[in-house]
Amino acid sequence: MNKNEMLVAAIQNGTVIDHIPNEKTNQVAELLGLNSLDTPVTIGNNFRSKKLGKKGLIKVEDKFFSDEEISRLAVVAPNIVLNIIKDYEVVEKKTVTTPDEIRGIVKCNNPKCITNNEPMSTLFNVVDKEKGILRCHYCDMEQDINNVELI
Amino acid sequence: MMELHNFVTIADLTKEKILYMIRMAQEFEKHPNREILKGKVIATLFFEPSTRTRLSFETAANRLGAKVIGFTDPKVTSSSKGETLKDTIMMVSNYADVIVMRHSIEGAAQYASEISPVPIVNAGDGAHQHPSQCMLDLYSIYKTQGTLENLNIYLVGDLKYGRTVHSLIMAMRHFNPTFHFIAPKELAMPNEYKIYCKEHNIKFQEHTEFNENVISDADILYMTRVQKERFSDLMEYERVKNVYILKNDMLVNVKDNMKILHPLPRVNEIAYDVDSNPHAYYIQQAQNGLYARQAIICDVLGYNYDDIIKDNTIIK
Repeated sequence: MNKNEMLVAAIQNGTVIDHIPNEKTNQVAELLGLNSLDTPVTIGNNFRSKKLGKKGLIKVEDKFFSDEEISRLAVVAPNIVLNIIKDYEVVEKKTVTTPDEIRGIVKCNNPKCITNNEPMSTLFNVVDKEKGILRCHYCDMEQDINNVELI
Repeated sequence: MMELHNFVTIADLTKEKILYMIRMAQEFEKHPNREILKGKVIATLFFEPSTRTRLSFETAANRLGAKVIGFTDPKVTSSSKGETLKDTIMMVSNYADVIVMRHSIEGAAQYASEISPVPIVNAGDGAHQHPSQCMLDLYSIYKTQGTLENLNIYLVGDLKYGRTVHSLIMAMRHFNPTFHFIAPKELAMPNEYKIYCKEHNIKFQEHTEFNENVISDADILYMTRVQKERFSDLMEYERVKNVYILKNDMLVNVKDNMKILHPLPRVNEIAYDVDSNPHAYYIQQAQNGLYARQAIICDVLGYNYDDIIKDNTIIK
């Protein structure tokens, strides 16, 4: 366990999400639905980071996220690490894998797209995972995963 | 139980399916008047007006013995009161066996096809897709050339916004075409379609000049309209507006088999003296739309080629 993580209380079981770009911490919390959890959640910002300068950190007790939940983070913070904690030890480190499709998270850039004109979910196919290109399932407009607007 | 389909995009049709649809259209051209759809109701929902496309679909349905319901002006429908597309589609699907829809919003037909219990035929969704136009273009090319393989296809005019030319590139990818893109810089073929060509090994050349030498090797000359409202720079429009006009004297050196297509309506991009030239084909092309759309309507309802050739409802 490194010094940064020592700044907040260690957890016995749960998930520690590390290397969150500072400005993305709230979006990560939102995408993982942390507001609706009833287990203890610690959300912190401005921790020192060699790579990022400042970083965000989230600890969630007694909660292990599914791969599907984790893949939602690809649109805001593809480089974060999720430490799976069991009995105070990191037993696994999970990274974010870009999914093949992204449903209901990202807004389509095309104002004339049906998804912006009808109460419905958006759906994007990830057509190039390396370059991060999303294509709208409905209007075919492409956009950059690093430059998306969340719903 | 017949298998129902949607007809929403041309992009994912296989080579076999395209050739199959052409064979179907040929049968309807032989015998366009039938009662195979007697007892069926076809809805034509035109959320934006398009007289030509609507008349073509409604004629196709009528000549197959179906009854037609629908609207031609969204101002008189509940959409103008704020009804969602979903509610309109669900309501009409209570009444009709097929919904043919035209909408200004892109992806509207795809969405409708996901929620509708009856087949959806896309009659155009904004700048996105217009697959029945593409089908009739393919049928026209096949009919005039006897094949879709190895053709030199020249696309002229507005290649940036013209959805018909984009669909044609995608549909022709199966048939080893050579494309020539002839357009002013401001309306040049977008990069994404040039990338598409490279990814699918489609040969293409770009030209900004449009004259008799450039088109001398064409099998198909596909004209489109250069629209003033597409230009941000009106000086540029004034400069190019008369460059991409096909005149009769440009046709002296063309190949015998060459045919001129145009999705219509034309304004001035084909001079009227071309109309009587044997290479002109755009009016017959529109007629082919009838047969292509008869094939589309029957296909989405689950009628196959066998049903069409063994059809005993033909009116002779």
